[in-house]
Amino acid sequence: MKKLMLGNEAFARGLYEAGCKVVSSYPGTPSTEITEAAAKYDEIYAEWAPNEKVAMEVALGASIAGVRSFCGMKHVGLNVAADPLYTAGYTGVTGGMVIAVADDPGMHSSQNEQDSRHHAAASKTMMIEPSDSSECKEYTKMAFELSERFDVPVIVRMSTRVAHSQSAVELCDREEREAIPYEKNAAKYVMMPGNAIRRHPIVEDRMRAIAEYGESCPLNTVEDNGAEIGVVTAGICYQYAKEALGDQVNYLKLGIVNPMPVQIIKDFAAKCKRVIVIEELDDVIETHCKKNGIDCQGKELFGWLGEISQTKIREQVLGIKPEFDTFEDTVPVRPPVMCAGCPHRGLFYCLSKLKVTVSGDIGCYTLGATAPLCAMDSTICMGASISALHGYNKALGAEAENKSVAVIGDSTFMHSGMTGLVNIAYNATNSTVIILDNSITGMTGHQQNPTTGKNLKGDPAAAVNLEDLCHAIGIKSVRVVDPYHMAETEAVIKEELAKEEPSVIISRRPCALLKYVKHKPALHCDTDKCVGCKQCLKIGCPAISIHNKKMVIDHTQCVGCGICTEMCKLGAIKGTEE
Amino acid sequence: METKSVMIVGVGGQGSLLASRILGNVLLSQGFDVKVSEVHGMSQRGGSVVTYVKYGDKVYSPVVEKGEADIIISFEQLEAARYVQYLKKGGHIVTSTQQIDPMPVINGTAVYPDEIIPKLKAQGIDVVDVDALTLAEQAGTSKASNVVLMGVVSKKMDFTEDVWQQALEQCVPAKFLELNRKAFALGREQA
Repeated sequence: MKKLMLGNEAFARGLYEAGCKVVSSYPGTPSTEITEAAAKYDEIYAEWAPNEKVAMEVALGASIAGVRSFCGMKHVGLNVAADPLYTAGYTGVTGGMVIAVADDPGMHSSQNEQDSRHHAAASKTMMIEPSDSSECKEYTKMAFELSERFDVPVIVRMSTRVAHSQSAVELCDREEREAIPYEKNAAKYVMMPGNAIRRHPIVEDRMRAIAEYGESCPLNTVEDNGAEIGVVTAGICYQYAKEALGDQVNYLKLGIVNPMPVQIIKDFAAKCKRVIVIEELDDVIETHCKKNGIDCQGKELFGWLGEISQTKIREQVLGIKPEFDTFEDTVPVRPPVMCAGCPHRGLFYCLSKLKVTVSGDIGCYTLGATAPLCAMDSTICMGASISALHGYNKALGAEAENKSVAVIGDSTFMHSGMTGLVNIAYNATNSTVIILDNSITGMTGHQQNPTTGKNLKGDPAAAVNLEDLCHAIGIKSVRVVDPYHMAETEAVIKEELAKEEPSVIISRRPCALLKYVKHKPALHCDTDKCVGCKQCLKIGCPAISIHNKKMVIDHTQCVGCGICTEMCKLGAIKGTEE
Repeated sequence: METKSVMIVGVGGQGSLLASRILGNVLLSQGFDVKVSEVHGMSQRGGSVVTYVKYGDKVYSPVVEKGEADIIISFEQLEAARYVQYLKKGGHIVTSTQQIDPMPVINGTAVYPDEIIPKLKAQGIDVVDVDALTLAEQAGTSKASNVVLMGVVSKKMDFTEDVWQQALEQCVPAKFLELNRKAFALGREQA
C-alpha cells in the first residue's frame, strides 16, 4: 500500500519496521514529527527528554542494553548532544543506534544555518542522507543494519524540505527483534583513558571500513547519461538537480555523506569533462573532492547562503533565468507575530514599558523582539537567557541588576535554563529571571514537557513544580503573576527588580492555542467612544487594526483575552454582553 | 505528463496544511506521483505561509519557484499579490477576498495596497475571487475557508467530485466532516 507521508512520518515508519524499541528526543523544528509519529506505534517506547543530551544518553543506554534505539533533534540540538555523541563514536553500540538530525538551510525556524555534517566527521560516526520520504524510511532501516554491522551510531541527516515534504511511501510490516543478551564489557563502554586509548585505533579502522563499503554500496549511486557534465550531490539537492537538469548531466548521488568514498568519485569524475558539486550549506563534499585531486566547482557557483533550488541550478549550470510577473505596488512583509490571546503579550508590553534590558531565549516568546514591543536585547541559544543575564550583571554591577531581566519558557527552562539559575544563586547576582510558563512547548507545535504533568503519549506524569524547584536552587523570592493582568504584572516586576537578592517571576497562563483553553467571545470597538488614539496598537495584537480612524477587532482572530481593554482609557473596547 | 505545480498561500493559522493534504490525497488517488511541501515552526505564528503541491509522472523537487505555479490558491488578498511572481505565464489564481493586516500595516510603517484583485486582473492574470470567509461562516465556522477554497479549485481541475469527497473523508476528522462537506459545496457553487 502506498501512502503520502511527511519525510518525518516516513522516518518513524522506518523505526517501526526496523523493530526499534526505545525512542527519546527533544522537539525541534524540523525534526519534531519523527518522534510524535513514532509514539503512535504501540510497539515503540517513545518519550520527550528534557534536552537532546539526555535523549542521546537514553538512546545509547538502550543500545548498550541490546535493543535498537533512536533519538531525534534539530541541528542545534546536536550541539547539546555532542558530548555523548563524540564518545558514543568511541564506544560504538550493541543494539543499532540511529540519530536523526534535521538541518534548516534557509533558517525557516532556526537561529543559525549550521551544517551537521561537521559533527559526523568530528565524532567519527557514520552519516547518511535521504532525499525524499521513501528514502527516509528505507535509509532508516538500513541505518540500523549499518550501525550493528560497523559498531557505530548512524546519523540520518534530514533537512527542512525532506522532513516537511510529503511523498509516496510503500509500507511494510515490522520485524520484531530479540534484544541482544546483555554482557558486561567495560573495555568497550567504560571510556576512561586506558580503555579509550585502545578504542581509538578500532574507531579509525572502522571509518576506513565504512569508506571502503561506500565504494560499492546501494547508498552511493551513479546515473550515467553519457553527458559531459557530472553532478556530485546528496539529499534534497539531488532532487533539485534532477528537476533542473534532467538527463542532460550524469549524477553521483552520495547516500553516505560521512565517511565519503574516494574511488567511486574519482572514476565518476574521470568520465566527465566538468564536475559540479551541488550541496547546501558548507563545502563538505567539494572539499573532499578537492582533497582527493578532483577538479570541481561548487561554492563558486552556488554560494554559502540558504537553500539551493532548481532555479539556482538552472541559472548557474544552464544560464536560464526564470520569467514571471510582479505585482505593481509594494507588498508589505508579513512577519510572524504572537497570536491573538498569547499570554506572552501582556508580559512583553510591561517589559517594553519599563525599558529594561531583556536577555531572551528560544521559543515563541522570541517574537517579543519584534515591533511594536521590541522588548528583547539578545537571543543566542537554548538556556542562554539566564546565564547571559548573570554575565551581563557581573559586568555592569548593581546599576544593571535593577534594570535587566531574563525571559525563558517553561520547556526551555527545563532544557538548560535551570543550570544557569543555579549559577545565579551560587555565584550571587541580584538577577531577575522571568519564566514564561504557558504549560506547553509552544513553538514546535505543543509538545508536553516535565512541567506539564503529561508524557509524550498524553498520559499523566510527574510534574516539576517550578516554585519548589527555584526555592530548592536557592532563590528565596519566587512570585507568580498572570500576564493577562498587566498592571499587577508590571508592579511585581518593579518590586523584584528593586530587591537586593536574585528573584524569579513565573508568568503563568496556558498557551491560547491549547485545546482545553476556553476562549471568550470576540471583543468589539464602540466607535462612538473610540477617538482613534492608537493606544491599543501598542500591544501588537494581530486582531487589532485601525480603519477609517477607528479601532477594528477582527472577530475571526480575537479570543477575548481583554488585555487591550487595559490599554483603552476611554472604555471603547467591549465584550458582547456590554 | 509534465509536472504541474500548485501553491497554497495564506497567513499562518488559516489552515493551509489541511488544504494541501486534501489536494495531495486527491492527486495520489489519481495515480500521480505527488509531493507536498509544508513549512512548520515560526512562520505558522501569523506569518506569511506557503505550501507547495506538485504532481505528474515523476516529481523531483518538492519546491515551487518563481514562474512555476500553474495555480495559486490564496487565503488572503495581500498574499495573492505577494506570490504572483510564482505564477507561470497563463496560470490561474483562486483567492479569498479576506484581508488581514500584517503587523507593519498595523504599526503604520507600511500600507496595505488597495484594489489588489482588480490590479491583478488588469495585469492579464486569470483571477477567481471568492468571499470564502462569509461562505465558511455560512457552513458553520470561519475556520472552514480553506475547504471553501478547495471547492472553488475543484472546478479548475479535471477530477470528479467523488474523488474530492473521498479525500475530504481521509483528511478531516469524522465529527467535522459534514461541516466541511457543506463548505466544499458552497465553494464549488461559486466557481
